[in-house]
Amino acid sequence: MSLDLTLDGQVVPFQEGETLYEVAHRHGDKIPTLCYDKRLKPLGACRLCVVEVEGANGPLASCTTPAREGMVVRTVTEDLEQHRKTLVDLVLSENPKGAEITPLRGLASQELAQLSVRYGSDGTRFAGATSGHPRLDDPNPMILRDYEHCISCYRCVRVCAEQEGDYAISITGRGFGTRISAEFDVDLQDSDCTFCGQCVQTCPTGALGDQLALQYTDLPEPINATRSICPYCGVGCSVDLLTKGETLVGVQPAMDGPANEGALCIKGQFAWEWVQHPDRLKEPLVRKDGELVPASWEEALDRAAAGFAQTAARHGRQSIYAVASGRAPHESAYSVQKFIRVNFGSNQIDNCSRA
Amino acid sequence: MSNPLADMDKPDVIFCIGTNMTEAHPVAATRLKQAQAKGAILIVADPRHIPLARRADLHLQLQVGTDVALLGAMAHVIAERGLMDEAFIAERTEGWDDLREHLKSFTPQWAEEITGVPAALIERAAVLFAQADRGAIYYTLGITEHISGVDNVQSLSNLALMTGNLGREGTGINPMRGQNNIQGAGDCGALPSSYPGFQPVSDPAMQAKFEEAWGTKVDLEPGMTKVRALEHAGEKIYAMLICGENTLVSDPDKSHCERALERLDHLVVIDIFKTETAELADVILPASAWAETDGVFTNTERRPQRVRAAVSAQGQARPDWWILAEISKRLGSDRFEYNSAAEVFNEFCSLSPLYAGLDWDRIDGGGYQWPVPAADHPGTPMLHVDEFPRGKGLFKTPSYRDPAEVVSEEFPVWLTTGRRLEHYHTRTMSGRSTGTEYLVPEETLEVHPADVQAWGLKHGGMARMSSPRGSVLVRVASDDTSPPGTVFCSFSFSDVPVNILTGSGYDPITDTAELKVCPVRVEPAPDN
Repeated sequence: MSLDLTLDGQVVPFQEGETLYEVAHRHGDKIPTLCYDKRLKPLGACRLCVVEVEGANGPLASCTTPAREGMVVRTVTEDLEQHRKTLVDLVLSENPKGAEITPLRGLASQELAQLSVRYGSDGTRFAGATSGHPRLDDPNPMILRDYEHCISCYRCVRVCAEQEGDYAISITGRGFGTRISAEFDVDLQDSDCTFCGQCVQTCPTGALGDQLALQYTDLPEPINATRSICPYCGVGCSVDLLTKGETLVGVQPAMDGPANEGALCIKGQFAWEWVQHPDRLKEPLVRKDGELVPASWEEALDRAAAGFAQTAARHGRQSIYAVASGRAPHESAYSVQKFIRVNFGSNQIDNCSRA
Repeated sequence: MSNPLADMDKPDVIFCIGTNMTEAHPVAATRLKQAQAKGAILIVADPRHIPLARRADLHLQLQVGTDVALLGAMAHVIAERGLMDEAFIAERTEGWDDLREHLKSFTPQWAEEITGVPAALIERAAVLFAQADRGAIYYTLGITEHISGVDNVQSLSNLALMTGNLGREGTGINPMRGQNNIQGAGDCGALPSSYPGFQPVSDPAMQAKFEEAWGTKVDLEPGMTKVRALEHAGEKIYAMLICGENTLVSDPDKSHCERALERLDHLVVIDIFKTETAELADVILPASAWAETDGVFTNTERRPQRVRAAVSAQGQARPDWWILAEISKRLGSDRFEYNSAAEVFNEFCSLSPLYAGLDWDRIDGGGYQWPVPAADHPGTPMLHVDEFPRGKGLFKTPSYRDPAEVVSEEFPVWLTTGRRLEHYHTRTMSGRSTGTEYLVPEETLEVHPADVQAWGLKHGGMARMSSPRGSVLVRVASDDTSPPGTVFCSFSFSDVPVNILTGSGYDPITDTAELKVCPVRVEPAPDN
């Protein structure tokens, strides 16, 4: 039996167990949210996703309301939009600078800024006391804890618990005094935090930020994202490489990565600066009088080839051996084995998997 | 992996052995944690009380190198109690009677003597695994880096076959590959025994196929493994090309390795940094790096995925395929006329039945897992659904043997080596990244607090650790992750070159080094 409900005047099908938010989202509705991350259990805290359901006493949070047969749902009405604007005004009153957050802070860091544009809020309507308790003194160089922008959506706490299973951060205090803290208020490095960066990437206001990426805030070029795969272990997490011009400025997880579905670890998230490290080899080197000295590509390639040719002539074609890398892409490994097999007709080739 | 990563939250019993997954494959481990949150039972077999073991329902804390005894005893319990999947054994396997006979002597009491794991715990683990509706096995180098690596894998295979835990969702035998493209390197034929796509070099039909493709008749005789090639440096092997591997720091028996590379007449290294290995080269050729190179990585679940250049290469660095083509042209070959990585990859696909249905454009979204035998094939997320590559699954009968070296009066402590979350291999990358280097700036030797006291060491002080092959100085960290009598350290830091000590033995079939077991002596050393 197919299940249907009426969504903004259209009859749409849904599946048992879906929430109203999921049904609406699937049908293209842009219901605003702040505390929602599709990987996490819905919390229903921000109340921005409220919708009107015929027969209900008041607006319902669509993220926590199960879809039911025959429901008549409205996602955009004047009342709802007024309610949402008031909420955004309230949230922004705590984040007067919320609209100036750079996207380098994190994947979801623009969510509040986008809502401020959508609802024309500037945070002045309810201006007053703010509740943030920044921990800018946390000495770790990766995760910025700029809680001045925290709106207590708990996405960081929930992703750490539900998605990572690490439970490194939690909520302390109540009401206006609510804040996010590691156990006993220690620095992150002294907690159960593994620096996977998931809290940074799900934060909708940039209260948590990628400090490594933020070093590049002042570079003038626009931010580009290039889809790639993490270069560390064999899980194969999808990432977006953030660049400004010719500078790699950060890495963000890809929510649609087939292997990771948005997850990363400390290495994939934060260990990428080596790409443009001054130690990188920038020119060929050849050994002359016992010393490795810079050479042109022509000279180095000639020297490399001549050495193999001479060795093969002197000791036979099977005296040449090659080791391919398990770190480099297919085109490297394929070329290394073909180099041996085509040039020397042997199988003197292996990769680094035995050690 | 026989099963996809997406299956990892589906088993009801998870058996992890020799895999420090939260540190070496953290994102895969998050899926196991989610399975646990849904009620799955987690059994961890590991000599150390690793983070995964701290989360486990059962931790089988076996003595290093005794996996065959532990796994054989689990199989013994399952057989004796009749908990096997008789239907699966009858339809899908052969050799069961031989294994059943073989297992008779593998009693849990016998295994307790060898492994140190209480017999009752072995029995509980065996029963839990056998009674699982969906039981899945995950392992890493803790299984393979032993002289009994093949026996260990066969023992795991026996467990999966006898309980029918293959070819279904949430089951399987799942090795977690350690490097981003180590699967791909094998897929591409960078192996002494096989052409691209694991096609055997000893098969004359394959020889003919590749002669037609490449214009060269390649030997039917397999080549040497890297371990043997290093052993024969200066006798049978006189020139080497090493691409993207810091052999000197990552391989066992560092001194032997260094002498081997020095004996060569000609060493060419292609790399992105001037590694310790590159320092020994006659020619160093600078390669373009990740984020600068277009290409393909295949992950541990056999999924080829595209990596893309986002910035220009540093200096004059060039892609590996270009460098190898240029050397080949100078050696007189006209078979390396490529203009792009895509052309190289497409040639590889055209010669590899596992990738026959794929090309550069088709894998753009990473939506396939090999084998993909034809263009209209959807890919193969799960292996062994209806049959095994050889038809029926074959039970093997591995026997227990001690590690190559065992503790003695002179070397009374077990050293086991491995990885840490923050660093990767020889730290060429993670050591040049602010965050990882900030958290773990130096290597430490993990010593149980009781041993710290008994051996006259102190937390934060220095120790000298020696094996028959050499000795290293390392700072001591008092930590109960390793049990008394066993110490742990990684090989990531070149100033604590722990691979000076290792290299006691190799698996006779794969030539994989026994990096997980090395008897050592640990003594206090003056602080520096």
